[in-house]
Amino acid sequence: MLLIHCPYCEEERPELEFRNAGEAHIERPKNIAEISDEDFEKFFFIRDNPKGVTYERWRHIHGCARFFNAVRDTVSDRFVTTYKAGEPRVEVERGEDGLVRLTGARP
Amino acid sequence: MSGANRIKGKGRLTPAKTVRFTFDGKALSAIEGDTLASALIANGIHLTGRSFKYHRPRGILSAGPEEPNALMDVGRDAARRTPNVRATVQEVFDGLQANSQNRWPSLSFDVGGLNNLASPFFAAGFYYKTFMWPKAAWKRVYEPVIRAAAGLGVAPKEPDPDHYSNHNVHCDVLVIGGGATGLAGALAAAHAGADVVLCDEQPELGGAFHHETDAEVDGMPGWDWAQAATAELRGMDNVRVLTRTTAFGYQAQNHVGLVERVTEHLDRPDPALPRERLWQVRAGRVVIATGAIERHMVFANNDRPGIMLASAARTFLNHFGVAVGAKVGVYTACDSAWNAAFDLKRAGVSVPAIVDVRPDPDPALVAWAKELGIEVLAGHAVLDTSGSLRVRSMKVGKASGGSTRDIAIDALIMSAGWTPSVHMYSQSRGKVVWDEASERFLPGRNVQDCVSVGACNGDDELGEAIADAARAGHEAALATGRKAKSAWTAPEAETRTSWTGGMKGSAAGAGPDTTVKAFVDFQNDVTAKDIRLAVREGMHSIEHVKRFTTNGMATDQGKTSNIHGLAIAAEMLDKPIPQVGLTTFRSPYTPVTFGAIVNHSRGPLFDPARKTPVHDWEVAHGAVFEDVGQWKRAWYYPRAGEDMHDAVNRECRTVRAAAGMFDASTLGKIEVVGPDAAQFLNLMYTNGWDKLQPGRCKYGIMLREDGFIYDDGVVGRLAEDRFHVTTTTGGAPRVMHHMEDYLQTEFPDLKVWLTSTTEQWAVIAVQGPKAREIIAPLVEDIDLSNEAMPHMSVREGRICGVPTRLFRMSFTGEAGYEINVPADYGASIWEALWSRAEPLGACAYGTETMHVLRAEKGYIIVGQDTDGTVTPDDAGLNWAVAKKKPDFVGIRGMKRPDLVAPGRKQLVGLLTRDAKMVLEEGAQIVADPNQSVPMTMIGHVTSSYWSENCGRSIAMGLVADGRALKGKTLYVPMPDRTIEVEISDTVFIDKEGVRLNG
Amino acid sequence: MAKSAQRAQAAAEAIRVEPLLGRISGAAGVSLTPAKPAARVSLRANPVDAKTLSKALGLDLPLKPKTSSANAKGRLALWLGPDEWLLIDESGDPMADLKKVRALHSAVDVSHRNTAILVAGTGARATLEAGCPQDLRESAFPVGAASRTVMGKIEVVIYRSGESEYRVECWRSFSDYAFTFLSDAARDCLA
Repeated sequence: MLLIHCPYCEEERPELEFRNAGEAHIERPKNIAEISDEDFEKFFFIRDNPKGVTYERWRHIHGCARFFNAVRDTVSDRFVTTYKAGEPRVEVERGEDGLVRLTGARP
Repeated sequence: MSGANRIKGKGRLTPAKTVRFTFDGKALSAIEGDTLASALIANGIHLTGRSFKYHRPRGILSAGPEEPNALMDVGRDAARRTPNVRATVQEVFDGLQANSQNRWPSLSFDVGGLNNLASPFFAAGFYYKTFMWPKAAWKRVYEPVIRAAAGLGVAPKEPDPDHYSNHNVHCDVLVIGGGATGLAGALAAAHAGADVVLCDEQPELGGAFHHETDAEVDGMPGWDWAQAATAELRGMDNVRVLTRTTAFGYQAQNHVGLVERVTEHLDRPDPALPRERLWQVRAGRVVIATGAIERHMVFANNDRPGIMLASAARTFLNHFGVAVGAKVGVYTACDSAWNAAFDLKRAGVSVPAIVDVRPDPDPALVAWAKELGIEVLAGHAVLDTSGSLRVRSMKVGKASGGSTRDIAIDALIMSAGWTPSVHMYSQSRGKVVWDEASERFLPGRNVQDCVSVGACNGDDELGEAIADAARAGHEAALATGRKAKSAWTAPEAETRTSWTGGMKGSAAGAGPDTTVKAFVDFQNDVTAKDIRLAVREGMHSIEHVKRFTTNGMATDQGKTSNIHGLAIAAEMLDKPIPQVGLTTFRSPYTPVTFGAIVNHSRGPLFDPARKTPVHDWEVAHGAVFEDVGQWKRAWYYPRAGEDMHDAVNRECRTVRAAAGMFDASTLGKIEVVGPDAAQFLNLMYTNGWDKLQPGRCKYGIMLREDGFIYDDGVVGRLAEDRFHVTTTTGGAPRVMHHMEDYLQTEFPDLKVWLTSTTEQWAVIAVQGPKAREIIAPLVEDIDLSNEAMPHMSVREGRICGVPTRLFRMSFTGEAGYEINVPADYGASIWEALWSRAEPLGACAYGTETMHVLRAEKGYIIVGQDTDGTVTPDDAGLNWAVAKKKPDFVGIRGMKRPDLVAPGRKQLVGLLTRDAKMVLEEGAQIVADPNQSVPMTMIGHVTSSYWSENCGRSIAMGLVADGRALKGKTLYVPMPDRTIEVEISDTVFIDKEGVRLNG
Repeated sequence: MAKSAQRAQAAAEAIRVEPLLGRISGAAGVSLTPAKPAARVSLRANPVDAKTLSKALGLDLPLKPKTSSANAKGRLALWLGPDEWLLIDESGDPMADLKKVRALHSAVDVSHRNTAILVAGTGARATLEAGCPQDLRESAFPVGAASRTVMGKIEVVIYRSGESEYRVECWRSFSDYAFTFLSDAARDCLA
């Protein structure tokens, strides 16, 4: 069982309290009723599913109940960082040791 | 004396404390503290089972959890029986019943032993090659026969009468292994102030001191020091010492699973005690002190009963006071077996010879052997053994060839050196690294917050290992934020036993030029020859070799065999061992019972059974229940002599003729509060909410972004800024999640909050022409007249003196009410209503009648008449989709080309030509029943019932372009007949809806 | 006949039946008791308005995660989320107190949605640890700590009311499971 840092509870809590909520940073178009089929497809259906760094939404559903964003490395299943919903995408990079860290952070 | 092979004055057990047990029905005695293995050997029994594939007689190989051979069925009664228990781990208690496995009719004469004679046919990959053809035979012949013969042990058929418990614990430092280094690590961490959990799989701590009696720690025998250290740890408030506890799984972020065997060693366990405890430990840092496991020598017929690891023989002697034989041969490549031989000799056991493959073993050991009168055969090998049910002799010769001689023995102890136990480290996702100097795999970089100490880390020198472990323990405490008040000083320690030397792979006489059976993996019957065959057949990766031969794939996970198998493969491939690589160790380290994993989640705790406030009344009135998710819902209320059909027909009639009461408490409810509440609902539902007046309600449809129906329900507006939303019973949690998702992440600026109130309110539906008459006298502060409170309105007032939210609404097509009352009053108010309803001829009705009544009116059930691919238009609910709203969830999805294309399946009514015929839900619908198979299916039945009120069957279905086919005849082909149906609209009763306003 | 008289004739006042009425359990080291009925409010508001709300409620709404506050009259406020509190009051009426508040908020009566079990004794923590994966050690979960979390297969709110006393709040229909689970776990709480 993983421990996940909840940015609202400000501590690590057991995975059982959380629920994954799909890919992060996909904004619902403000004018959604008017967008083209292609744009709707991109918004609603197309997802990355990368091997490596993935940006996800999680919800601390059995805790503070807040949705938040997380960066996870699907290779190691490690959470790199988590941050509040609405905050800008956090940039990360993979170091020579294979670990993913915040860009600029020291190993 | 409990057993002829017990040696007076040896061992640590108390001879006076004897216990009785049986083995294959034979009564035997043992001493308290014995393992099943030590007790059997004490009684002169080495033959303990038959091997998995060849059914070869097998004995006890080890004295610990690595045991691949002595797997038994152990129990105290029929329900408390566990197959495949390692005799070397199971402690004997009074009344224990042990039985050997994999033999028929008896252990000494086993028909399956024919497999051994036929063994040339059972080489590695046999299954893959043999059962290829004919293909059809696999399913009918090969697989059933193989399955019948496969598997080891038989699971008990009775339910498990014991209970198990779970403990989630957090600690600063978890120490796995209670040998010298584990104890030192734990003491150092504990003295530095850390919360410590120390676990060890044995009943007593001390690790290798079980066999090594020539070690001294802090001026006392190693064993005594270990017991003193244990006592000290047990006395500390910040330490938890868990014995008989195996760390079996090292998961992410230092989450380690331990299983404690609580009562397995007790003759009359306290029934209050759990049989096993699962400890889920989350540790700041893990100190891995799991020691090392001795390897066997790989030579011809190395698997006869009586042939065992040298350290095991030494444990049996020094700890249990049992001699493994009267004439014990020694075959080794490692120094430590010599010490075992010396101990045996000193205890009065004859040791005819020490055979060491090394041409020049340590002169000190040789001198010692001479002094004790033991013949030393250096540079020699054991080339073969004899004896059918027990080893009788060993054939010894020079490794380089030449003459041989047979030496009579009744036991043979062996050592090919020690393999560090890197299982826990490997499970933590660490990658082992090949150490050139010592030629073994050792822990590399730590991936998690852990540290390996002692023999599992390749630290062979006792004093240094203890000092290192103490440092590691101290640092672990500091790393988890403890400020050390005192430091524990590691004691001086030394031992005369050396672990120097060893070999990997097959020994002389079992090389590539031979066809002898030299076993590498005892549990899966894999020989050196099998591994060579695998390489010859093209398996060049160790992962492929493993799967082709099954080497290391038994429940012992290759604890004794992996390195040998790897070395043989490397030799065949002509590559150095590290280039061939090591397979990954996975959890569990040793088998774990289902009981421990399931622990509390049995019986009523398997899944929560949710009951409404009215549940007890429903039970008392004979309701039959159905499961709806976790809810128990009253399904129907049969009276004496009624079957389900009769009861539902009566309930359906009664509701429309008089009235009925229905427990609707499970409906999901969400309170939506805030100035932007209506605006939020505009986005969540297809309908518009701005114009809904306080006191009125409306049926709403919720879509997903893809335009398909997600949920539905009636929403009441209590005030400008307060709505009472209802959802389907099953949909309540996901609708809440869905709404929170949009509110928090897409529309965070809206000033509105959501609160689940599903369980705040008990909901009693009173439906039917007499509904108002039933409730009126109980209701205060609300004018119930049609004019003041028409269909689809909501009022707050009081009923029976308590607050109510009273909805005038209907899911039956009758005039009716849904009375929301605070849940704890639900039962009492239900009774009050019932005492009014019953005399008026009303009935209580269940979910089945509710389904029929709503179908008579064509009301859909989301999830039954819709399946996640149905749009509002498909369901005939276009009227509920606001045409002028700029946005709502699903507004764009609904317009996707496929969702607006002609030919979509639409919800229609289905009337069978034969009015008595009730269609099967899920049945397919075709246009032409005479077309060839496979037919073109143009729709399916979603709801179908006998309608007592209509006097005929009614059904709904989704049919391609269905609304245009009204009046047309279609067909429902069934296995035994084809049913004709006419397409109709979906309202079967009171098409004008006058009853609603009654 | 007047309507009110009719009503009085037809039925007595409704009786409150609590979901765990009459249940009592425990084992050596721990007792399990259903808590008394209480008024409960799910309070939602922007934390900037906490001061105003606190004044009306007569206690300081906690603003730090996993904390709580109580007043002398026994009113309790648990932090459940950054804009969410659970108010519990066995004698007062927090809904009524909040009616006067003009600051934007949502107050929803959940008195009957939840019920609570009091878990007390030296084995109380171990009893909870059978089902709760959170770190409940003193350092992580001191007296006064409160958190929504899971216990076995259900969601609960755990509030540590004393050195070895906890209050476990759960939804009504899960209370049978919760009580049965805690009773089962209690048997091994001194392990």
